[in-house]
Amino acid sequence: MAILIDQDTTFIVQGITGREAVSLTRENLDYGSKIVGGVTPGRAGREVYGVPVYDCVRDITRDHKVTGSVVCVPPKFTRDAVFEAIENGIEIIVIVTERIPRREVAQMVELAKLRGARIIGPNCLGIISPGPEGVGIKMGGVGGPAANTRQAYSKGSIGVMSRSGGMTTEIASTLTAAGMGQSTAVSIGGDAIIGSTYAELMPLFEADPQTKAIAIYSEPGGRMEAELAEWVRDNNSRLPIVAFMAGRFMDEMPGMRFGHAGTIVEGKADTTADKIERMRQSGIEVAERIEEIPALIQQKLGEA
Amino acid sequence: MRFYEYESKALFERLGLPMGPREVVQSRDEALRAAETIGCPVVLKSQVLSGGRMKAGAVLFADTPEEAAAHYDAILPIVVNGESARSILVEKKSPIAQEYYVGVTWDGRAKQPVVIFSDMGGIDIEEVAEKHPERVSQTHVSTVLPTTPRIAKEAVGSVGVTGSDLNRLTPIVAKLIDLFLEYDLTLAEINPLARLEDGSILVLDGHVDMEAEARGSHAQLLSDLGIGDEETRQARPPTPFEIDGAKVDGSDHRGVAGNVVEFDGNLGLVIGAGGGSLTLFDAVRKHGGKPANYCEIGGNPSVKKACELTKLILSKPGVEKIAVMMNVVSNTRVDMVARGVIKGCLESGKDPAEVIAIFRIPGAWEEEGFKILAKYGVEYCDRSVSMFEAAGRAVEKLG
Repeated sequence: MAILIDQDTTFIVQGITGREAVSLTRENLDYGSKIVGGVTPGRAGREVYGVPVYDCVRDITRDHKVTGSVVCVPPKFTRDAVFEAIENGIEIIVIVTERIPRREVAQMVELAKLRGARIIGPNCLGIISPGPEGVGIKMGGVGGPAANTRQAYSKGSIGVMSRSGGMTTEIASTLTAAGMGQSTAVSIGGDAIIGSTYAELMPLFEADPQTKAIAIYSEPGGRMEAELAEWVRDNNSRLPIVAFMAGRFMDEMPGMRFGHAGTIVEGKADTTADKIERMRQSGIEVAERIEEIPALIQQKLGEA
Repeated sequence: MRFYEYESKALFERLGLPMGPREVVQSRDEALRAAETIGCPVVLKSQVLSGGRMKAGAVLFADTPEEAAAHYDAILPIVVNGESARSILVEKKSPIAQEYYVGVTWDGRAKQPVVIFSDMGGIDIEEVAEKHPERVSQTHVSTVLPTTPRIAKEAVGSVGVTGSDLNRLTPIVAKLIDLFLEYDLTLAEINPLARLEDGSILVLDGHVDMEAEARGSHAQLLSDLGIGDEETRQARPPTPFEIDGAKVDGSDHRGVAGNVVEFDGNLGLVIGAGGGSLTLFDAVRKHGGKPANYCEIGGNPSVKKACELTKLILSKPGVEKIAVMMNVVSNTRVDMVARGVIKGCLESGKDPAEVIAIFRIPGAWEEEGFKILAKYGVEYCDRSVSMFEAAGRAVEKLG
């Protein structure tokens, strides 16, 4: 089953002729994804690894069923590209681009909500649902080249959500090494405002029979962990969750900026110590090291 | 990125928010003349970025120009939360009948701006919200629909303000919402917003924070306000080492090798990416290690950039060894980082085998990378060694 994307998912890449998008397209195709078209205004008629390029999203949606879009355009053009995807009926939009002002992110997220679309990111590496024998589907740069992706990710029952793209793969790789595959791993993005938070993705994992437990990578900043803790408490979740909290040193340095844009602590936001406390109180296990995650999940699954 | 009060007020002025006559002064004489021009009584306020000025004694009232001059001398040396005054703001003191609070900020959960309004202004709003929640309203703002005054009206009306006060406050709150959105602010705050004895409304104190990502879009405003690119406006000003780090990152557009923050330890860190750096920095400290710096590499930086960053860190006094560590990489090539770091060691006149305590970057192109490292005798490990263990090995080598 997995969440968000499966074998039937077809998607497009907006900004497909850009350097990063070209390699992303190749990596996604090699891994088993179905990309039905790409968009770069003024480049209609070209091809990127056999994927036809169009000027507009509607040139593709007219003739193809398109479930998703990976948006990989410069920050200045991202809002327009995302609006175009939403207004053409695309349901899942992965925004890879980083450094988009918050106001524009809020606009994209609000329009998506009005139209019933879902945004993952921005500033993320996307979604991956590993399949059998290393053929799966991914939308975005998560895992890198297909060979590297196969090395780190394997099919299984653990859902992964991470505010860091790189740590998504680090955790998956650690799980795979311990013989624990993943149902779907989502790099949710490192910004202060993102399309889908932990708590907003939890109902999808909850409803997915393949998923048996959740691993989470978390950072300073924002209220996302508090929101997750509340969700878990209020919904009596069936899924054991093990979280890892990075950036604990930042508690001693308010006002300094490290890591992702979302990590800056403004006002009386949660410190990492607050976040850990909130999560533990709602029954979420917090690992001290990444390598403890598989055993903690195993232990929690044993208790259930 | 925080603005000083005088800068915030200059921004408020652009939208026509009502403010009293005021002047920024840099000397005792200027303070005296400003008080004369404005007309006493006046208030003198230290221009610092942090709060707590009143408590520190850095806000004083003067009834005569001579008193204003004396207050200038009294306020200038006061250090507020470790911060010295940039200048002093002299402003007309007005007779106040009522103080309000209004702020606009982002609500990360609702993913919309939120207007916070209270008729208990002049004090810490967090405290008011805790003790008198009925006196604080929170009203969300759509970023898709046009912002119309009814949002402001609801914000003000929700705490029970009515009559001419409601009608006078509404356009001011509406303008603050517009300002917040137009200039990509993360905070636009007026505290207190005062009703004077004659019924008019006046901005007494205010602060704005601009999103760092949006600086480029507001270059003209920042230049008008005299805010230079080198002013990061973080909790402390950047050190020369950090400024050099930013230069390395800016030297070409490929990938990231920067976001350098200086610490005073002996272990130089060449680490990445965003989340990986946070994880690794914690790990080094947990092992009792003393990092000389924080940094981030990622997005496949050029060999040159990795090399220059390595050289910068090795040049820092007190750095004995460096640890080169990342999470499993996807879009960064291990061999490129390995080449860059080794080149950086050699160009610094150091033996890579000696100075690199550990190299732990698994992932794309790792075999090529490990070959290069082996050739130079550098200790490296693959993903079977965790980030935490790798940090431990590095700390151990420093003894």
